[in-house]
Amino acid sequence: MAIETIASPETSFLFGRLTWAALPFHEPILVATFIAVVIGGLVVVGALSYFRLWGYLWNEWFTSVDHKKIGVMYMALGLIMLLRGFADAVMMRLQQAMAFNGSEGYLPAHHYDQIFTAHGVIMIFFVAMPFVTGMMNLIMPLQIGARDVAFPFLNNFSFWMTVGGAVIVMASLFVGEFAQTGWLAYPPLSGIANSPYVGVDYYIWGLQVAGVGTTLSGINLIVTIVKMRCPGMTMMRMPVFTWTSLCANILIVASFPVLTAALVLLSLDRYVGTNFFTADNGGNPMMYVNLIWIWGHPEVYILVLPAFGIFSEVTATFCGKRLFGYSSMVYATVCITVLSYLVWLHHFFTMGSGASVNSFFGIATMIISIPTGAKLFNWLFTMYRGRIRYELPMMWTVAFMLTFTIGGMTGVMLAVPPADFVLHNSLFLIAHFHNVIIGGVLFGLFAGIVYWWPKAFGFRLDPFWGKVSFWCWVSGFWVAFTPLYVLGFMGVTRRMRAFDDPSLQIWFLIAALGAGLIAIGIAALIIQIAVSIWRRDELRDVTGDPWDGRTLEWATSSPPPAYNFAFTPVAHDLDAWSDMKAHGYTRPLEGFRPIHMPRNTASGIILAGLATLCGMALIWYIWWLAALAFAGMIATAIWHTFNYNRDFNIPAADVSAVEGARTSQLAGRA
Amino acid sequence: MSADHAAHGSVHDHASGHAHDPHAAPHGTFQSYVTGFVLAVVLTAIPFLLVMARPIESAGYTAAIVLVCALAQILVHMVFFLHMTPKAEDGWLLLSTIFTIVLVVITLAGSLWIVFHLNNNMMPGGIMDDMQMEAPPAN
Amino acid sequence: MSASAVASGAAPQRTEFHVLEEEHHEPGGATHLGFWIYLMSDCLIFAVLFATYGVLGASLAGGPGPRDLFDLGLVALNTTFLLISSITYGFAMLAMYKGDQKRTLQWLAITGLFGAAFIAVELYEFRHLIHEGAGPQRSGFLSAFFALVGTHGLHVTFGIVWLIVLMVQVTRRGLIPANQRRLTCLSLFWHFLDLVWIGVFTYVYLFGVLR
Repeated sequence: MAIETIASPETSFLFGRLTWAALPFHEPILVATFIAVVIGGLVVVGALSYFRLWGYLWNEWFTSVDHKKIGVMYMALGLIMLLRGFADAVMMRLQQAMAFNGSEGYLPAHHYDQIFTAHGVIMIFFVAMPFVTGMMNLIMPLQIGARDVAFPFLNNFSFWMTVGGAVIVMASLFVGEFAQTGWLAYPPLSGIANSPYVGVDYYIWGLQVAGVGTTLSGINLIVTIVKMRCPGMTMMRMPVFTWTSLCANILIVASFPVLTAALVLLSLDRYVGTNFFTADNGGNPMMYVNLIWIWGHPEVYILVLPAFGIFSEVTATFCGKRLFGYSSMVYATVCITVLSYLVWLHHFFTMGSGASVNSFFGIATMIISIPTGAKLFNWLFTMYRGRIRYELPMMWTVAFMLTFTIGGMTGVMLAVPPADFVLHNSLFLIAHFHNVIIGGVLFGLFAGIVYWWPKAFGFRLDPFWGKVSFWCWVSGFWVAFTPLYVLGFMGVTRRMRAFDDPSLQIWFLIAALGAGLIAIGIAALIIQIAVSIWRRDELRDVTGDPWDGRTLEWATSSPPPAYNFAFTPVAHDLDAWSDMKAHGYTRPLEGFRPIHMPRNTASGIILAGLATLCGMALIWYIWWLAALAFAGMIATAIWHTFNYNRDFNIPAADVSAVEGARTSQLAGRA
Repeated sequence: MSADHAAHGSVHDHASGHAHDPHAAPHGTFQSYVTGFVLAVVLTAIPFLLVMARPIESAGYTAAIVLVCALAQILVHMVFFLHMTPKAEDGWLLLSTIFTIVLVVITLAGSLWIVFHLNNNMMPGGIMDDMQMEAPPAN
Repeated sequence: MSASAVASGAAPQRTEFHVLEEEHHEPGGATHLGFWIYLMSDCLIFAVLFATYGVLGASLAGGPGPRDLFDLGLVALNTTFLLISSITYGFAMLAMYKGDQKRTLQWLAITGLFGAAFIAVELYEFRHLIHEGAGPQRSGFLSAFFALVGTHGLHVTFGIVWLIVLMVQVTRRGLIPANQRRLTCLSLFWHFLDLVWIGVFTYVYLFGVLR
């Protein structure tokens, strides 16, 4: 049964299968969205032109290879895409709250299916991943006392490839359509026979372009941590956030190639007519499910491990004591990393592999909860007898502990295959993974944003609006998702558009109320950022260490200079900055040397732009453009390798000036 | 693994040979390359001859010998061509290789095991088709 | 080099919290490890293709199977070309370490030629299969075969392009450290591809005919 969609349009040489019919003039919601986007876009472009900021943006940000700027740009991307992904969520909640008693709601099926697919794809790939990658990029090099990452150009390229993937997915909103298959696009539904139009192709190329960026970023950050730690910082003296970053990036490099290969095979089926995942001719669709989850399970640990790292840093700082059980934290993290590769089948217990296979993976899944539990106890023991300051990051941490634990427990329930046979693909599953992703990953990222914002920008975030956002998010989450647990137990399936049983409606109404609370929380977050920028002089931090931090990033000014450290620090102990403060460290005031730094480059954004163009051309079957763009990528890459002039020295005088300015700033405060 | 100093520097004097920087990428000698090549040729010729001429009747034994030759040749490539040693890159090269091999084994073995069971339970013509289930007693 | 107590390896005093004299390290010192980790990720892509071949290898869909299609003589020829190209690259590296630019370029050219011969034979084989009606669309087995062997061939092709670019760069700038680093990376890539080929000819061709 094929998806209802625009029947295969005519193709032309020049435009492939792109015709006027691809523009959704008949969908009022999309037309309104498009008008809003155009107006908003014109405002932004107009403002940038009026204030003559294009040169500044290009030279200082878009072509920058500075890990701090790239980190900030990742966070900005994540925030923008959060708005899109959340809009999808609100639309779903509205539809499900309305569609009872004969009402079909306001979303036709082919539209609703695209919304839940896009919601998942965007939240995972273009919100959570950029947030996590951005945080690791911004903070980890500072924590290890490095000046940048191992491969600064590659870092820039990785960012723009992620943006390229996001552009492709967003383009599907206005030109053509998105996939209607769910966020993992299982065949045979996602095969060419059942999804002939552009939707699944948008999905494939959006993820492939972004995936290349992510994989390269993974390699980059692993090598940075392995090779660029400052003297004295042995592996067991690294901050926990750096450890979790290392493990997350190992998982990235270990899992994204599997996603890449699986999507290549799916695209071969769709473009060339091969039979990897077809229902006939020797194909095996179940192999796709197997492969995609070999990637999919490590993916969620990629998201959550850095969040755990953030919680470790925040807990130690705001309890005023060293993290309890550092070694066990490290071992637990490494255990989770290895074990995460042994549990993937729990995502398809019901596909029919039988009792022996299911038992193995069920037990492995239960085992993986143990090191996570160990981490939680370590955080609790850190809090015990600590001098706890309930600043916003600590509030997020406590909320995480309470929320994530419940989500983890429901996960252990789902790990039992017989229970999963009842609960698989029900709203219970939806509630579980939102519980752990929001309670774990998102709360962790919010804690990290508030914690490290002063480091990145030199002023703190407004606490009042932060607390409004916090309470709305936490209450909103519970109000939105507890009903889904109840509904899941009662047997309600996921991805349903309309319902027959009127007794279920009250639960969906409560869930919609929860979504409304979260919406206020998101609005409060944006207001918080706007107010903080407006009041930045009052919220200014000149010390570089507003929270009395323990790790090396707090040793720099806020924001740090381009070169991070005028002199590479030497670590003598865990919590190197605390150690320095305890032993009477004084900033060097003279004797500065020239500092060797990488140059900015346009190659990254150009290459990624060509990759995005190539993806779009492949989606629309515009073969000549795809070939041209691909050739352009090869030519640009080769041209880039002919540039040997990739670095420069910051003169000692400039370093002196910057450091001198900081000295005055610190003295002025005293 | 300590990191007392940052990335190695192979400051090669390219005009007249190079100083043996202990952190330079390991490399071979003429003898080691030739040895590796000869071993690789032998370990390639044996499997091809065994399969093309079939001197051993049993396919099972042939396959086993072919597999052993393949694994041995992989090791030959790693040692003689890729110059993998436990000391390269402070042990990280070996560690990352072992980790990758473990994941490759999990991916291969896991996929084969899982899909074998899936096929048998869920595809027509699987062995489960042969198992007749009796209807439960009607009370 | 430097006078810092840290660089000399002595345990720094508790009062020494920063490095006064930076150790001079060659930019790009992390490239070797970075490229190796990239190769490990490539290894995983091949693992997925091998697993897919393992799962679909028997799905003939009523069409031709390995015994009907594989010409082991041709594969032996192929394998020989690739193996020879591996040792010729090794000789290029030896010349590079001696600083002999001319010999390096000569051995690289020979490597490229053997690589191109490998690709030519493979393309001939593919064309023949497609003409026989055994193209990648015929069955799951053939899809998996073309994907695995074809991906390997694509990698070799990229390697040849990279090799040509490097030959131009070495001609223009000589065996400077940056070019030596690049040649080392290509060396890893080239040998890695030969290693993967061992898996291919064993698992796909030899086992296929044996089954």
